[in-house]
Amino acid sequence: MVDEIPPAIRAGTQVTIDSVRRVFETGLVAVDGIDLLIPAGQFLAILGPSGSGKSTLLRMIAGLDQPTSGQITASPFALLIQPDGVVTSNPLSYYSDTHSRDQAYVFQDAHLLPWRNVLGNVALPLELRGEPRAARLAAAREAISRVGLTDSQRLYPAQLSGGMRMRASLARALVTQPKLLLLDEPFAALDEITRQQLDEQLRRLWQETGMTVIFVTHSIMEATFLAERAIVVSRRPAKVVLDHPIDLPANRGSDLRGRPEFAREMAVLMTALQRGTGELA
Amino acid sequence: MIRRWVSLILPPLLVLIVFIGASEAYIRWRNIPIYLAAPPSAVQEAMVEYRPELLGALLQTTEATLIGFAASVVLGILIAVLLASAKIVRNAFYPYTVFFQTVPVVAIAPLLVNWFGTGLLSVAICAFVVSVFPVIANTLAGLLSTDPALADMFKLYGANPVARLFKLRLPWAMPSTFTGLRIAAGLSVIGTIVGEFITGDLDTPGLGVLILSGIKNSKTAMAFAAILLASLLGLAMMSLLNLAGYLMLRHWHASARD
Repeated sequence: MVDEIPPAIRAGTQVTIDSVRRVFETGLVAVDGIDLLIPAGQFLAILGPSGSGKSTLLRMIAGLDQPTSGQITASPFALLIQPDGVVTSNPLSYYSDTHSRDQAYVFQDAHLLPWRNVLGNVALPLELRGEPRAARLAAAREAISRVGLTDSQRLYPAQLSGGMRMRASLARALVTQPKLLLLDEPFAALDEITRQQLDEQLRRLWQETGMTVIFVTHSIMEATFLAERAIVVSRRPAKVVLDHPIDLPANRGSDLRGRPEFAREMAVLMTALQRGTGELA
Repeated sequence: MIRRWVSLILPPLLVLIVFIGASEAYIRWRNIPIYLAAPPSAVQEAMVEYRPELLGALLQTTEATLIGFAASVVLGILIAVLLASAKIVRNAFYPYTVFFQTVPVVAIAPLLVNWFGTGLLSVAICAFVVSVFPVIANTLAGLLSTDPALADMFKLYGANPVARLFKLRLPWAMPSTFTGLRIAAGLSVIGTIVGEFITGDLDTPGLGVLILSGIKNSKTAMAFAAILLASLLGLAMMSLLNLAGYLMLRHWHASARD
């Protein structure tokens, strides 16, 4: 019998958003009736103008904020990826009540603890969960090497550049091997080159891990480059204007940004974004 | 390196020499009687003459200052943590904390004598009373300014309240706490001296007692020497605090990097 390449088993979270509305105490409607099914293992970009309710939506998915009405459920799935690329997913029902332990959140800025070096910062999530010291340091070193910061692991945040700080923040999110990674405009404050490098890195990390990624951004180029599927939301209150599968190859290099098909996908999102912000064009 | 030190030390040293020379000259030229103001040379003589008394008093005052200051650090931080724990607690108690600060220590010192007698305990309480508020106020401000994103992160990873306090909120407040501690260090010396004026024990006299008795008994030079030592004690406290702050914050806070 010929040796078969065994299927890879990965895990991602499926997120179901069911007519979710969020009204703040001030009467401000941040999110107005959003329905979404985000399958396990998908890379979803939520694209919208600044000040739309997209961050609020992300916070609700994380459980940091509660919807005024509607429901959000997150259920982990096991993804079976066959060598020929076919993906089948099976629900991991015994996980569902501990789903919060399997998610990570990356904020707009790095938000590292300034009194800890990179290693100490990246190990923090495992420390808070009570992992033994040796195990969490090993996991932290592994996560740090994934984002290419091994040479800087003893440095403090004040000694790092903005891009390196964000890498450390990313490593901190990855250290728990989350099944759902939520990112809220994480690279918005970085210069264009650093941002593109981090986008490429994130895309690779996603391909390696099979986790579900929800990435909030106001950059059309970033959304196009990163995601399998992009949702364009309107100015507040956030409503879905466009739900669009990004038709680009799975392996994306930096040269992709110059291709005509990339420009075509960007144009689709651009049109929707302009529609959502009230016919600015 | 040497140039830097010279430029750092020389100007204040020059000011000191000019000041000492000028006061010596002025007091001699105007023939100001010794019981009104002592010229620096007389202060120096008094330092030698009353050396055992002065050193004993310095030790006594240092002890009271350190006890009062330590109480301010521990209780001040504890009170700030309690005040920061909930808005309702803050609303209920903070006004009284502010009120407590406005009570003049000179006014309550006689009461302390009634309650605790004269001596170390009452003096240390005076030092505590004047120095605790800056610790509370600054630590509280630091605790309340904790980065909300980091607080969210701790929540997401299921951190318990103890971990939140010791791994996030107290370290976050540290630069602010140190600002309070630096102020408290200076104030605790002042509180001790004022405390000694009223609640000091004549059997174990501190610098405050020597200052008062020196002035009363026309030993003005000795009083000046005691004042000088009290100032040096305050300076030493501040320097120690600056050093501690530098060592703890040097990696991460702008205030410690200069």
